[in-house]
Amino acid sequence: MSHNALDDSRSVEATRKVIPKLIALWIVTSLIASLLVWFVLGPHLPPGRMTDQAAGAQFDIRFVSTLVPPVLFFIWIFFGYSLIKWRVKPGEDPLAPAADFRGNSKAQGAWYIITTVVVLFLAAFGTYYLVVPAGAGGGEGPSPIWTPGVKNMLQVQVIAQQWRFTYRWPQFGGMETTSIFLPVNTEIQFNVTSLDVIHDFWAYQLGVKADANPDVNNVAFTKTQQLGRFTVRCDELCGVWHGAMYNYGYVVSQAQFQQWATQMETQNAAVTKLLPKYSTTYTPSYAGNGGGYYPPQDPNANL
Amino acid sequence: MAIDYSKATGTGSSSGAPGGGGGGLLKPSIITAIIGGVIGWLVGHWIGNSFTQGYQQVQGSGSNDIAEILGYIGMVIGWFAGLGALNYPIKKMFGAEPEADEPVTEKGWTKYFRYTLDHKTVGVQYLFGMLIYFFTAGLLALAIRTELLSPTYHIWSPDTYIEIVGEHGTMMMMMMTSVVLGPFGNYVVPLMIGTKRVAFPRLEALSFWFTPISYFILLSGLWQGGFQSGWTGYAPLSVQQGVGQDTYILGFGLQGLSMVCASTNIVATIINYRAPGMSWSRLPVMGWSMLSLGFTMILSIPVLIDGLYVLALDRTAQTALLYSGHGGSSFLWENLFWFFGHPEVYLLAIPGFGLVAEIIPVFARKPVFAYKTSAAGFIGLAILSFFVWQHHLFQSGMNPDMRPLFMLTTELISIPTGFIYLVGMGTLWRARIRLTTPMLFMLGVYFNFLFGGLTGVYVSDVPINVTVHGSFFVMAHFHYTIMGGVIFAFFGAIYYWTPLVTGYQLSEKLGKIHFWTMIVFFNSTFMPLFAVGLLGMPRRVFEYAHRLQFLNQWVSVSAYLLGASLLFFAITFVWQLAVTRRPTVRNPWGSRSLEWFVESYPPPAYNFKRVPVVLSWPYEYGDANALPVADIVNETKDLDPVGRA
Repeated sequence: MSHNALDDSRSVEATRKVIPKLIALWIVTSLIASLLVWFVLGPHLPPGRMTDQAAGAQFDIRFVSTLVPPVLFFIWIFFGYSLIKWRVKPGEDPLAPAADFRGNSKAQGAWYIITTVVVLFLAAFGTYYLVVPAGAGGGEGPSPIWTPGVKNMLQVQVIAQQWRFTYRWPQFGGMETTSIFLPVNTEIQFNVTSLDVIHDFWAYQLGVKADANPDVNNVAFTKTQQLGRFTVRCDELCGVWHGAMYNYGYVVSQAQFQQWATQMETQNAAVTKLLPKYSTTYTPSYAGNGGGYYPPQDPNANL
Repeated sequence: MAIDYSKATGTGSSSGAPGGGGGGLLKPSIITAIIGGVIGWLVGHWIGNSFTQGYQQVQGSGSNDIAEILGYIGMVIGWFAGLGALNYPIKKMFGAEPEADEPVTEKGWTKYFRYTLDHKTVGVQYLFGMLIYFFTAGLLALAIRTELLSPTYHIWSPDTYIEIVGEHGTMMMMMMTSVVLGPFGNYVVPLMIGTKRVAFPRLEALSFWFTPISYFILLSGLWQGGFQSGWTGYAPLSVQQGVGQDTYILGFGLQGLSMVCASTNIVATIINYRAPGMSWSRLPVMGWSMLSLGFTMILSIPVLIDGLYVLALDRTAQTALLYSGHGGSSFLWENLFWFFGHPEVYLLAIPGFGLVAEIIPVFARKPVFAYKTSAAGFIGLAILSFFVWQHHLFQSGMNPDMRPLFMLTTELISIPTGFIYLVGMGTLWRARIRLTTPMLFMLGVYFNFLFGGLTGVYVSDVPINVTVHGSFFVMAHFHYTIMGGVIFAFFGAIYYWTPLVTGYQLSEKLGKIHFWTMIVFFNSTFMPLFAVGLLGMPRRVFEYAHRLQFLNQWVSVSAYLLGASLLFFAITFVWQLAVTRRPTVRNPWGSRSLEWFVESYPPPAYNFKRVPVVLSWPYEYGDANALPVADIVNETKDLDPVGRA
């Protein structure tokens, strides 16, 4: 090829001079944007700080969001500069050859190394913040390996069925409620299961999400820190009324919780006696008891 | 490598297509296919009803899945019999030698409604087929956005709404997988590699003709109660559903078969039919992307078909493979589905990247930067895509040990994805850039995919996934990667190759109006959805918090405007091809790629008079003294592409 054919703007010398300026521009813009993300946007990011797990998720979102501007600006600045600087000008031959190089070992090498290091760092970061906050509020299945290490956690069983959530409280006589109140400053173990199809228990402000599978106990942990209302939504498509499968819960003081739980236990005592014995899962009976969805003419019903 | 395995005539003809000869209305075509399909459905449905006589639970349930599925299977057999696609294999099976004909040379527009063995005709069939499927699914998306204008007031009933959601998702995900391979892989890649024919023309034709019947079956679900399981079809919900769910099984399964046929053909063609001199190091990057795509399809689609088969058994033969209460497991479906489902996401990304890396050097007048890295990127994406599927199941209750592993593999996939950005940035550096319509669309891919890729980091990070999984954040993320990626690349490719395919040049002015409106309204539609998801709105719901109403209304209005932009494309595209018909000049973009050096636009039957000998790399744009790409360049460069005097 002929470098002679190139005008000055496309010469190696000209571009060598501009690269440090572009990098400086990148550093300055990225720094400003990242600081704004961390300090201005960061404290307001979801899902808030109602629990340790929510605060952990907020920190993670804040941290990753702070890393976004450097990547965005790096790509934008180099693309933008190229498009502005080397766009064909009026009068230029649009089909004339531009620079003739097929690669640049230093640039490629740096790219491979930097992207690999960033990616490995992000994986390590994610793993650390998954393990330390006891599974980060996600469903860990029936045999959780990251636990808070606290005895006597409040046990809350979440039972999903088309199309509502109910809650059982083994430490309160196995009662079942349609509402959920939680005490503040308390470690909580959610045992999530389903009576029919797959649902998902998403307590948004608590930073908890766990699929509700039939015949599976999906365990998630959280520790409440702030009083307030939280939203519970089903987050796996479960049929026609999936969009209406939500309710609200409350984090209240420990005294208020005790009062509510005691009252509910007394109020529901007659119903609790009729419930199946507390269990981590409930296989719907073929005969239709326990929320089974198989119709009476199911051939297995008489087995 | 090779060459021309045709018979002594050297024309590369393939015998056995039913298009030759006369026959009037009874000549196999889409009309006879429809007649065959109707007859097949009636026969299949009757057999199904006969089988199930005496089974009280089926009779009493108000739906007979066995009759439904056998009806559809009969319809597919009748459809292909009507098309004449079975003539050749049946004659062969009975020892007869099917008469040779020359279907590739058939003239006129009616060939597009027949089963044909010409890869270019199949490419055009795919192009218009994909546009119809895309616009249908797009209209369904607007129906969804109309419902979400209000958090509580409903346009659709809850069941209609969730059926629309399922139809939109399934149609987009199953059909758009072939949006590049179908039209451009089939049409352009054989020309690019200098072959007169493809390796398996019957498989290629079959792959296309699976798509209309699959599309029809899927849409017919709307008349049968639909399916409320979404495109993911999670069991046991999908076992619980009515007969509409069978349309999901059959529609998705047939599209899977289509992809297996198409990918087998493209892989065999690229490996075996490259012209002399078209070494692996000279293979166009689009060829590498198609090869990676093809292998990924061949390895992942059978798992989907297996899963659908299991689901069909649960629904018809009353097995309980997917229901834990009877000894099966709902996790089985989740894993089978996503073992296909995540590679499928890359089946959508890889061809988009292939188009980008192929087209940008033409408008940069520079060699593609880091050619081997781009090929490595496609292969890396293809391989890694098989090791990430459980990131869809982080909150499912899967073994928690697996989560750091799948978080790592998912993060690792950023590395080959990053290669594509390296290729783009390097190719534009010190370039001579023309901002034509195709180039703008390719740059649009880079702009959009950046958001899709970066938000992928959020989704793959397990602690963040707790908040964003199943929310509109994820929905925005994958629309940025799929619509922002492959669909933008698809439209850019239409503008780029229309002169070759039709002989007509599309207006740059209209194309740029389409591009700018589409990219503005695309971002205006999907960017706010990241916030909507982070603020707690799950996907696929018809009711949401009042505080999210403004954002949702903004998105819905933007979606209408995005739809208007696409309608503008449809009208202007058809208008320019049917009415204004401005003839193109030869090689209008100044490409070095072999497809532009055919004798005429559209290319003649069998593409080249003789098999070209490739002399140089197709990306030598920076070297004015480089050898032409093949020995036919000088023979064709002065020919008028559309036969003007």
